[in-house]
Amino acid sequence: MTIDWANFTPGTALAGGALLGFAAVLLLVFNGRIAGISGIAGGLLQAGARGDKAWRLAFVLGLVAAPVLYRVFAALPEISIEADWLVLVVAGLLVGFGSRYGSGCTSGHGVCGLSRLSPRSLVATLTFMAAGFAAVYVVRHLLA
Amino acid sequence: MKTIVAFLVGLLFGIGLIVAGMSNPAKVLGFLDLAGAWDPSLALVMGAAVAVGMAGFAVARRRKVSLLGEPMQIPASRAIDRPLVIGSALFGIGWGLAGICPGPALTLLGTGAPKGVVFVLAMFAGMALFSLLQRRN
Repeated sequence: MTIDWANFTPGTALAGGALLGFAAVLLLVFNGRIAGISGIAGGLLQAGARGDKAWRLAFVLGLVAAPVLYRVFAALPEISIEADWLVLVVAGLLVGFGSRYGSGCTSGHGVCGLSRLSPRSLVATLTFMAAGFAAVYVVRHLLA
Repeated sequence: MKTIVAFLVGLLFGIGLIVAGMSNPAKVLGFLDLAGAWDPSLALVMGAAVAVGMAGFAVARRRKVSLLGEPMQIPASRAIDRPLVIGSALFGIGWGLAGICPGPALTLLGTGAPKGVVFVLAMFAGMALFSLLQRRN
């Protein structure tokens, strides 16, 4: 393993991470909800209480509006999507279905679950991390 | 009120993702590529998020209702079962293929990147498929 020092950004990583943790705590303290993005977004597609939809949609719109607001104050950091269109569609389907079937993603299991020391979320986090490492290894080092 | 809070928290979460570098799929892949030139940044993102989250959750979970009077909906399930592991594995494979997970997908949508739009559509299709299968069972 070689460390990519040129792209290592410890300062912004820690600052951004702290913001994520803080946001998750705010949602719990004010709304009593876990900030799990797949659960919040996926809940929009569930048949359920209608009064449950507005806050979900508002949260999703907040995420979508973030780069728009960010741009008002600073240039957006570089965004580069390497995957081609077909891979993106397959990846999107897997991310959407998998995160709902596994009851969470990087935010719900990763940030919130680990923060509350949930063994279930620890298993989920280790599983999706391992699968992510494996997928990148196959794509970049076996198939390339 | 809880809708306004949800919007503001979503906004803050999105800003956090952008600052952290997670809204750039190439950076996420740099973290997931252990065998290549490895960028450990995202480990620090997760570390900082969990450190802040732990302190906050420890205080928050003692409450019976939220500050806005909502019930505290903290997951009660402790089951480590097949859906948890299989679902997480499928999610992880998708994450590794594109370098995009659900939060950053939605911030990518806001940048107007066409590939971000396609990813989000596919992601919602995957979520809809889950809801459909769940309704049948």
